[in-house]
Amino acid sequence: MKSNRREFLKLAAVSAMGVGAARLGFLGDAPAFAGPLPTAADFEKGFKAKHWGMAVFSAKFTPELIEKCRTACHTEHNVPDIPGKKQIKWFWGASYHEAFPTEQGQFLSEDVEHREFPLLCNHCEQPMCVRVCPTQATFQRPDGIVMMDFHRCIGCRYCMAGCPFGARSFNFQDPRPFIHNFNPHYPTRMRGVVEKCDFCAERLAIGKLPVCVEAAGGALVFGDLGDENSDIRKVLREHFAIRRKPDAGTSPSVYYIL
Amino acid sequence: MYNAKYIIPGILFFLALIFVPVGYNMGKSFDVKPELPKDQKDCIEDVQVMRDKHMQILNDWRNSAVRDGERIYVNSKGKKYVKSLTNTCLGCHKDKAKFCDRCHDTVGVNPYCFDCHNITPNQKSPIPPAQTGEEGGH
Ligand code: SF4
Ligand code: SF4
Repeated sequence: MKSNRREFLKLAAVSAMGVGAARLGFLGDAPAFAGPLPTAADFEKGFKAKHWGMAVFSAKFTPELIEKCRTACHTEHNVPDIPGKKQIKWFWGASYHEAFPTEQGQFLSEDVEHREFPLLCNHCEQPMCVRVCPTQATFQRPDGIVMMDFHRCIGCRYCMAGCPFGARSFNFQDPRPFIHNFNPHYPTRMRGVVEKCDFCAERLAIGKLPVCVEAAGGALVFGDLGDENSDIRKVLREHFAIRRKPDAGTSPSVYYIL
Repeated sequence: MYNAKYIIPGILFFLALIFVPVGYNMGKSFDVKPELPKDQKDCIEDVQVMRDKHMQILNDWRNSAVRDGERIYVNSKGKKYVKSLTNTCLGCHKDKAKFCDRCHDTVGVNPYCFDCHNITPNQKSPIPPAQTGEEGGH
């Protein structure tokens, strides 16, 4: 037992040195980003839920924090950085009027009116994007995540027309040259495919929270909306929250606490 | 027969044409030698199964992992693997050019897995776009 532990520590030290050296570029072919590979044992520890959802403490969000979460998400998922109209976004920020166009009181509190809100796919309970996708490339998992099977997307962009929240982006060109912080453990996309936030399904599968939630340091609460004892349900019991565009009838799973 | 003097030579010529490749390759054998990982003895399944069925296995993997969220593969000996082309397959077969490509090029297939999937879990940067339609992209 003892010697096993020693072996392990030795190995760990050597690997740590290896990783360190590789980051400095001595050992050649190692990435700048990405931790150890997840193992089958990690996938056995995956999180399960009846219906995943997110609560946003919008008052805690500054443009800097939105940028931090956006960078974390886009780095994790190899989202290309394309300026202008062909921009690809999984996580982004917008003004009150863009985020809640149907909630416009005339005399809004200045604080709320000038706040920047973090936006992402709402993982709607009645997702319009899923209804219109002719190939079922976009589909809803039993745990509520609106997932994309990029292999099946034919690039018809019906989903983009269907989504009332602008949560989807189309790859008008090969995205690979525009990926700056590359994560070799996550695939890229190709030209002609739509993409969007997937609630970090690949991280939930190994028992990790979405990367934006980690980066937000408490300003985003993620959990099971179907479990009344979950953190998110507690937060929603205690704070008044609204959802984006309720009149669109899609019933978002992302809640904004003003 | 109507116009037999045109039709019969025509048919013969046609048959000769389609059998040219068969004749051309007659007696030659395919000798593909993909480079195997030196530090591993066993693949996820036996060699013959992998040779015959790796494409079906990968297809099952992608469907069950993406669509059903079942990301662990249990092989015929009960051993568990993560269903991942880049992280599992290419984590071991470290050089795609010396393994995958050797066969694929010889038999003239051009799977488009690598339009999106990375060719090793240690890759430093995304593979730049293919310059010609031949090399990828479809
Ligand atoms: S926000 Fe848009 S893309 Fe996301 S689930 Fe709802 S309709 Fe679909
Ligand atoms: S663009 Fe892709 S995901 Fe969107 S509706 Fe068409 S096939 Fe489905």
